[in-house]
Amino acid sequence: METAPAPGKDVPPKKDKLQAKRKKPRRYWEEESTPTATGASPGPPAKKRNQEFRPQRPKNSGVSKKSRISKTPQVPRKARDQKKPQRSLSGAQDPFPGPAPAPVEEAQKFRRIDKSKKIPHSKTKTRSKLEVAEAEEEEASVRAARSELLLVEEPGFLEGEDGEDTAKILQTDIVEAVDIASAAKHFNLNLRQFGPYRLNYSQTGRHLAFGGRRGHVAALDWVTKKLTCEINVMEAVRDIQFLHSETLFAVAQNRWLYIYDNQGIELHCIRRCDRVTRLEFLPFHFLLATASETGFLTYLDVSVGKIVAALNARAGRLSVMAQNPYNAVIHLGHSNGTVSLWSPAVKEPLAKILCHRGAVRAVAVDSTGTYMATSGLDHQLKIFDLRGTFQPLSARTLPQGAGHVAFSQRGLLVAGMGDVVNIWAGQGKASPPSLEQPYLTHRLSGHVHDLQFCSFEDVLGVGHSGGITSMLVPGAAEPNFDGLENNPYRSRKQRQEWEVKALLEKVPAELICLDPRALAEVDVISLEQAKKERIERLGYDPDAKAPFQPKLKQKGRSSTASLVKRKKKVMDKEHRDKVRQSLEQQQKQQQKQEKAKPTGARPSALDRFVR
Amino acid sequence: MCEKQATAMNVTQAAEGLLALSQQEELVDLPSNHPLSASEDEEDGDGERKHQKLLETISSLNGTNRWKLTERSEASLKVSEFNVTSKGSGEKLAISDLLGPAKASSSLDTVKKQLNRVKSKKTLELPLNKEEAERIHREVAFNKTSQILSKWDPIVLNNRQAEQLVFPMEKEPPAYVPIEHAFHGWKATTPLEQEVFNLLNKNKQPVTDPLLTPMEKASLKAMSLEEAKMRRAELQRARALQSYYEARARREKKIKSKKYHKIVKKGKAKKALKDFEQLQKVDPNAALEELEKFEKARMMERMSLKHQNSGKWAKSKAIMAKYDLEARQAMQEQLAKNKELTQKLQVISESEGEEGEAEEDEPLVPDTVNEVQMNGGGTNPWMFRKCNGDAKEGEIQADPEDPEQLPEPVAHEFSESEEDERPVEEEEVLLQEFEEKRSFRKRSELNHNAKPVDSQETKAFISLPDSNCQEVLSELRVLSQKLSKKNHQSQKQKVNSVVATLQVQREEPAPEEEESLLLQKPERVQTMEELEQLGKEEYSENKDLTRPVLEREQIERTPRNQLDAPKEKRKKEQMIDLQNLLTTKSPSVKSLAVPTAIEELEDEVDRDQKQMIKEAFAGDDVIREFLKEKREAVKANKPRDVDLTLPGWGEWGGVGLKPSAKKRRRFLIKAREGPPRKDKNLPNVIINEKRNIHAAAHQVRVLPYPFTHHQQFERTIQNPIGSTWNTQRAVQKLTTPKVITKPGHIIKPIKAEDVGYCSSKSDLSVIQNNGKQLSRHQQKKLKKNSD
Repeated sequence: METAPAPGKDVPPKKDKLQAKRKKPRRYWEEESTPTATGASPGPPAKKRNQEFRPQRPKNSGVSKKSRISKTPQVPRKARDQKKPQRSLSGAQDPFPGPAPAPVEEAQKFRRIDKSKKIPHSKTKTRSKLEVAEAEEEEASVRAARSELLLVEEPGFLEGEDGEDTAKILQTDIVEAVDIASAAKHFNLNLRQFGPYRLNYSQTGRHLAFGGRRGHVAALDWVTKKLTCEINVMEAVRDIQFLHSETLFAVAQNRWLYIYDNQGIELHCIRRCDRVTRLEFLPFHFLLATASETGFLTYLDVSVGKIVAALNARAGRLSVMAQNPYNAVIHLGHSNGTVSLWSPAVKEPLAKILCHRGAVRAVAVDSTGTYMATSGLDHQLKIFDLRGTFQPLSARTLPQGAGHVAFSQRGLLVAGMGDVVNIWAGQGKASPPSLEQPYLTHRLSGHVHDLQFCSFEDVLGVGHSGGITSMLVPGAAEPNFDGLENNPYRSRKQRQEWEVKALLEKVPAELICLDPRALAEVDVISLEQAKKERIERLGYDPDAKAPFQPKLKQKGRSSTASLVKRKKKVMDKEHRDKVRQSLEQQQKQQQKQEKAKPTGARPSALDRFVR
Repeated sequence: MCEKQATAMNVTQAAEGLLALSQQEELVDLPSNHPLSASEDEEDGDGERKHQKLLETISSLNGTNRWKLTERSEASLKVSEFNVTSKGSGEKLAISDLLGPAKASSSLDTVKKQLNRVKSKKTLELPLNKEEAERIHREVAFNKTSQILSKWDPIVLNNRQAEQLVFPMEKEPPAYVPIEHAFHGWKATTPLEQEVFNLLNKNKQPVTDPLLTPMEKASLKAMSLEEAKMRRAELQRARALQSYYEARARREKKIKSKKYHKIVKKGKAKKALKDFEQLQKVDPNAALEELEKFEKARMMERMSLKHQNSGKWAKSKAIMAKYDLEARQAMQEQLAKNKELTQKLQVISESEGEEGEAEEDEPLVPDTVNEVQMNGGGTNPWMFRKCNGDAKEGEIQADPEDPEQLPEPVAHEFSESEEDERPVEEEEVLLQEFEEKRSFRKRSELNHNAKPVDSQETKAFISLPDSNCQEVLSELRVLSQKLSKKNHQSQKQKVNSVVATLQVQREEPAPEEEESLLLQKPERVQTMEELEQLGKEEYSENKDLTRPVLEREQIERTPRNQLDAPKEKRKKEQMIDLQNLLTTKSPSVKSLAVPTAIEELEDEVDRDQKQMIKEAFAGDDVIREFLKEKREAVKANKPRDVDLTLPGWGEWGGVGLKPSAKKRRRFLIKAREGPPRKDKNLPNVIINEKRNIHAAAHQVRVLPYPFTHHQQFERTIQNPIGSTWNTQRAVQKLTTPKVITKPGHIIKPIKAEDVGYCSSKSDLSVIQNNGKQLSRHQQKKLKKNSD
């Protein structure tokens, strides 16, 4: 469809001869024509004469003719559910007839128009516009679904033999089983000298930066193990975070926030962000969010170097922070067991969720923005649904509460408890991790201090008191990357180009809100306000329905009395309709209530006497 | 012409004469008002007129109304054959007056003609003033041009609706080459072409000249003219016949005569009967079916009140029946008809004897049997309930002597099932009454029939509640059969004693059994209690703690709390909910790798529990704080009432005095209730309801033209068009420009020829030709214009 073959065109006849000398080029018809020529097609003229004397075939005999043609050796058919391919006269068949198939469920995934929402009755002109929009959406979604075919890589997985618990599989076993390239991704950095480490992978997952409590900061290309820089900042390092690319990273030091480049040169010291404990970078907004001991959440726009917002959380020291990759909302965990959601545009939290009885120790949000995992001082690990309800979906008490949690790209949840790392997996990508059975466990040489899954690699980086451990977690990362968005193999030039593009597409900070799709909605409040103002200005409502004006009739039927009568009739009808509608609504509500009402006491036989 | 002048001359002379005369008269008449002249005597009627004239002349002397003097008038005095006079000076001279005498003479024809011509000539109307004329011109011109332009409407509409317009619009027409030329000197080379030609030849298709194929020719000749005509005639006849028949039926239906209809109906009935008899002889099976139909009609009749003197007509007749014999008869007729219709058709069958027996036994069989049989295999729970109730009553009915003892187990049940005391008592009383009535009725029946029941059978009867409902049914059936066969006599007392003992024995298990019976249907097994149990099981099974479980627990807990403190219901509920949410013991993980720090302490489960408790207590104020915060947030977000009371206005004011409550109420403008909060039902969440103004600035705030509602417009902008979310092709399609202009091409204005119209010379004809394309509105407009 997209690349329609033009068989006759590509080779002019003269060239054909030339090529025939060397080697006869294969044409589309020749594939099948050699075997069919004798059987199906009435090739030789003698036969043709024969056929001429035959009586005209009735229509149904055409089928048998076709079947004769179809005796040709069958092209191995794909398992796909295809229609029977149409045969050409020559017997050659298009192995892929019609447009390329697009799986329906896949297309459904790309549908954006919510058809469950009812829209008020619209005029024909409007309806035609709506139809056009829907058709466009459908086509776009089908195209997108079709292009899923290009995502050839499949996620990794770990399967135990019958009854074998995958959690029992050790890292060494995995390393033995996988290929060398993958095995090289498991490594330990023994850095006992500079205390527990925090680490951060870059957007593309290619680079790793880590900072030890005692001032050791280093960045490296962890795949090739090539060190880009290594410095000691001679100050306590609280957190480290790559900015939009691997060339810049921010380090939260004891006093202020510093930004270094990939050679370890200090570029900026940001004194407006002091005593920062946690860092998060919002890649599409170019915002560096910092949570400080003083209780401020500060957004720093790294593209222009301005502080966009400094929000006072009014909840004491902030040491737990996570970002929601779906809507760029920052989640802060507090000591009173709540998690608050923040946007730079609003001075107050967008939402506050009471999650634990004790303080919240760690928060993580999965890549689709659907689930939030929290762990608290009450030793519980909970998974919350973030789609409007904020209710816990599952909870589990851990022997020692998890100090760190993180989600992988494909929804695996990791929790670090003491010197142990537990990983849970869900059924699929969209399902929450089930906390029943851990998928993998691993014991480290020191206490866990930071956890992060590497993007596009089945690797989990753990920063602990003994250094850094990179462990293999099959099925953790998205196997297919978008080369234009996050390309792990990009060259310097590509990176620079990407940087320009990303800056051009920078999302304004004020657009961060809980439901990013709300931006595609009309601002109803100002719309109504404008309407009201317009009505006031004009002195009448131009959109209002004109009152019914009875038509003039002849032969004395248009007397005043009859006019009034007719008017009244219409009015009454409208009124009746209104009443009927309201009644129906009431009934519906009642039914709903009855349904929703839990049957409190158990039903008794005497209920029938209750009046 | 000269004649005309002559007449005019005459007229002027006459006028002068008159003037002179009047002046003379004036002089004469002034002293005395008497008419003197002889001529005056002759024309008496003219007196008054003259007088008036005189007055006028007098008035004209003043000089105020001088022009009137020039009015032409003639004195009536000088009547001569040479002068033309009209009767009075006030009347104008009409041409007809002149023509009157000229009638007879034919010589005056020419004059007549000339005069007629003068008469037929009308004066020209005044030309309209400039503005009006121009307006009319403009209107006409507008109509004309709009009519001419309206032919473009469909094209304009098309272009507006088109997804993309490419300018210049005209395309080079494809060069037309006749097929013969195209074929000249061309040979089939590829196998495909060869094959095509083979096929064409084989099927006798013309290859070179575009003529009809033999097939097509044959198909053209397929039906001869005669044949077609015949067929048409046939069809016509059939249609005509149908219409006749329809018309006849309609006519007959319209006939108002009742007698006629009665006769027709009777005739039909007779015919039906005859047919039925015949059918019976010929085809008994069909007859049986017919009979079934009758039976159905009977059933319908039994169900309906059609002939039971309940209709409007019947009621009116009933009033008259006392006095009117005919009315009485009519009513009776109706009743008779009812009887006739409801009479069962006697069908002789083998089971007649048995049926008779069964009928005999009917009073013996308890009500339950009938009902149960009726409800046979029905799965309706209500029916089952009823049946059970009946069974219970049957049990009660067995010993009507001591009603005090009986209701006890029942009451017991209900006191168990319901925690409330008072309603149970009420119900108990109700039930008792009900049962007493029932038992009384039964007793009377029993007495009447005087057929006591065997003790064994009563046992079986009593054991009803124990067994399954299906068993009950079968047993009852057996029982009834037995009863019908046997005719034993036994004492009631015995029965009573048996019943009593049984009752005593079964006092304990009774409620459960009752319950099981009450919840016969499999779906109903899930009572709340069981649900709770299920919930507990799940809970204890250390499964995943999911939300439903939580809710179930809520349900479990809330009622009790409601009983305790109904006043603080809502708050409590929320509290409890939160408590639940946070304190529920979630299953602990049994991990393979346990952190080293914990491993040592693992045996100390007690400590863990203690810690849990401690934490639970510590968390109490967390919840309270959160609730408080939420309350405050809700309060802050609520729209506030506006109080417009002015203290001291209309009453005493001062320190310590407050305006009266009535007044305050009167001047309080209550704020409207906003939409419900999003976190209304989420106790553990506070969602900020404030609007994000910064984000709202980026939202659309004006609805574009064809949309009337924001939801419609939202639907059209929901699909993203950027390359981040779409494939390349999709982006290209979604962002195609509306207009494309080819560089280096001259864009000429559109011509009528380009779009298929002929030249602009005959615009009207074009419009008529394209009438189909025009919309209805346009057509209407056109019509108006042409009118």
